[in-house]
Amino acid sequence: MQLSGAEITLRCLAEEGVEFLFGYPGGAVLYIYDEIFKQDKVKHILVRHEQAAIHAADGYARSSGRPGVAIVTSGPGVTNAVTGIATAFLDSIPMVIISGQVPTRAIGLDAFQEVDTVGITRPCVKHNFLVKDVNDLASTIKKAFYVATSGRPGPVLVDIPKDVSQHLAEYSYPSSVSMRSYNPVIKGHAGQIKKAVQMLLEAKRPMIYAGGGVILGDASQLLTQIVRELGYPCTNTLMGLGAYPATDKQFVGMLGMHGTYEANLAMQNCDVLLAIGARFDDRVIGNPEHFYQPGRRIIHVDIDPSSISKRVKVDVPIVGNLADVADEMLKQLHASDAKPDPQALAAWWKQIEEWRGRDCLRFDRSNTEIIKPQAVVEKLYEVTNGDAYITSDVGQHQMWAAQYYKFDKPRRWINSGGLGTMGFGLPSAMGVQFAFPNDMVACITGEASIQMCIQELSTCKQYHLPIKIVNLNNRYLGMVRQWQELQHGNRYSESYMEALPDFVKLAESYGHVGFKIESPADVEGALREAFALKDRTVFLDFQTDQTENVFPMVPGGKGLSEMILGSEDL
Amino acid sequence: MRHILSLLLENEAGALSRVAGLFSARGYNIESLTVAPTEDPTLSRMTIVTSGSEDVIEQITKQLNKLIEVVKVFDLNEGRHIERELMLVKIRAEGKDREEIKRTADIFRGRVIDVTDRIYTIELTGTRDKLDAFLEAIDSAHILETVRTGASGIGRGEWILRV
Ligand SMILES: Cc1ncc(C[n+]2csc(CCOP(=O)(O)OP(=O)(O)O)c2C)c(N)n1
Repeated sequence: MQLSGAEITLRCLAEEGVEFLFGYPGGAVLYIYDEIFKQDKVKHILVRHEQAAIHAADGYARSSGRPGVAIVTSGPGVTNAVTGIATAFLDSIPMVIISGQVPTRAIGLDAFQEVDTVGITRPCVKHNFLVKDVNDLASTIKKAFYVATSGRPGPVLVDIPKDVSQHLAEYSYPSSVSMRSYNPVIKGHAGQIKKAVQMLLEAKRPMIYAGGGVILGDASQLLTQIVRELGYPCTNTLMGLGAYPATDKQFVGMLGMHGTYEANLAMQNCDVLLAIGARFDDRVIGNPEHFYQPGRRIIHVDIDPSSISKRVKVDVPIVGNLADVADEMLKQLHASDAKPDPQALAAWWKQIEEWRGRDCLRFDRSNTEIIKPQAVVEKLYEVTNGDAYITSDVGQHQMWAAQYYKFDKPRRWINSGGLGTMGFGLPSAMGVQFAFPNDMVACITGEASIQMCIQELSTCKQYHLPIKIVNLNNRYLGMVRQWQELQHGNRYSESYMEALPDFVKLAESYGHVGFKIESPADVEGALREAFALKDRTVFLDFQTDQTENVFPMVPGGKGLSEMILGSEDL
Repeated sequence: MRHILSLLLENEAGALSRVAGLFSARGYNIESLTVAPTEDPTLSRMTIVTSGSEDVIEQITKQLNKLIEVVKVFDLNEGRHIERELMLVKIRAEGKDREEIKRTADIFRGRVIDVTDRIYTIELTGTRDKLDAFLEAIDSAHILETVRTGASGIGRGEWILRV
């Protein structure tokens, strides 16, 4: 059967089971949009800016585990999308992006709305394709989904020139793909796993450090079982929150720059460290030279060989699919005669409890004058029973969300960890709400971040997305102000947010509900009221303490044990 | 340390720029890079000469392997190997220098491939060191132009890099 490239594109997406296509039309994708109009299998979601299309597809992917799919036009459509694509790339999110391109005969002639899309996106995609012949289109789309979702996932872009979407070709969707140059590893090396299990069982001061890979690899349950059976402490990275239940007593909190005292010290002082789906990045371990501890042995499990021994040398590397490796680890644990040393473990836990006793996340809960941002997150946790999907933007509010909302399940915490993209929160929340129309979705944001994709309030209206926007409004680029206070002699260079809009009126003008909350006494009531409005987008503008800082904090370039616990440490 | 990496990659538009982009994006050194199709027209063979600590070379190899179009990566330093580079060099050769330059070229097994009454163009193959040594042996004032291909490498004996 002869179909046009545009029709083939839509058929392929339907074959892949794509529910939502987040996008924005333009000249180079008009034939594809015409086909979108003519079919009803794939639902197109019209955003208000291409960056938001990618973030929405991203939020959909992170929350559901299925690849996100977006479509943009050539030129400015693509350049607007780049921030979103880089965001997904740094957090290894499976995604397929369809971009329009000028007709093949015009490529290279500086045609209207021409950019070298493959060139511009090359460093921030897992792979990209330019389809020059309509006969290659279906197989290329098939490959795109395969590459995006297998191995270490990531965004894959398919650039389709306008004439290719118009030309006809015989259509059949390939049932499988094989690429000789791409064979992601699946199984971990059994011998290495055995070595790792022995090492873990010999530990006197063990520590388990789990990252976003555990969530992406759907290995949370197995990891939880391993941690529980061993009785060892476990920490999660910012990207890994929810991989191990936060309310469990073996959970010592998030680690890293704004991690807990107990997590960072246990990380620094353990004698055997199991790193799983994590990559020792600079926001997690700080300076690798300070992180180095003689005598500490490290096991590192990751699907990507290049993550291993990149920043930290490890003793037992295991490359493989995390769920398979964790499963094999459990089997070997059960088969082993050795057991964890109960005395050593008790002494280690005693030490950890002592660290935990510092209560590093305490804050002024009794303040009745001024809203503490941490208190808002704690209340949000209570009001939602810890059961909401939480997206965030980037800044202090992101760290407070990570510290005070206790994630017991994977895929509930959605934030831009790698790129740190302000503007991610609201559009990604839209993607989550599409994936889970009946669940609570809240976006924790700041008055600066929210303005980077504020136009999406319009999309929320069009599709009736009942997202709750929790704006921790401190009238500052808070995280910037914090660094300026701590490291730049209180010179608050350009970090004050002047001329803020009236967010309540702004929300109302988009057809939503807005609340402004100024007193600690009103926090809980406002949250309850917002969530009671089950079919409305609600903008909650909390006027929070302008001077609050995020603690603990490991200053840039320092080691984990050089944490500042609070302003009294300064 | 200097390493010679041999790659097989899909002979597709864009594969070269992915490799080159990787090196510049991650700040790895490239001393030279050569690429051409192989006996199998769907494959290209690339030789990259780079340098770095063992850790850096390990990362380079892993990162190259992650590129979708790269089929195989092999560090020739891991075994015995042969390295050759081709150089074309234009040398001013007048009067009494003519004989001297010709003799030097002979010693290095170079061939004169073009002649005018003032110039010799010499073709020379060998390792980087040999080509360097030849250039040092000629008075630099006589060297007018050099073109070097960068090294190509292959393993010794029966070992073969294939898909
Ligand atoms: C697109 C982008 N630009 C700049 C930054 C640098 N940056 C990080 S946090 C921050 C301030 C964020 O302010 P706000 O959204 O109000 O959050 P707060 O820190 O006050 O909670 C800035 C400017 C960034 N992360 N992303």
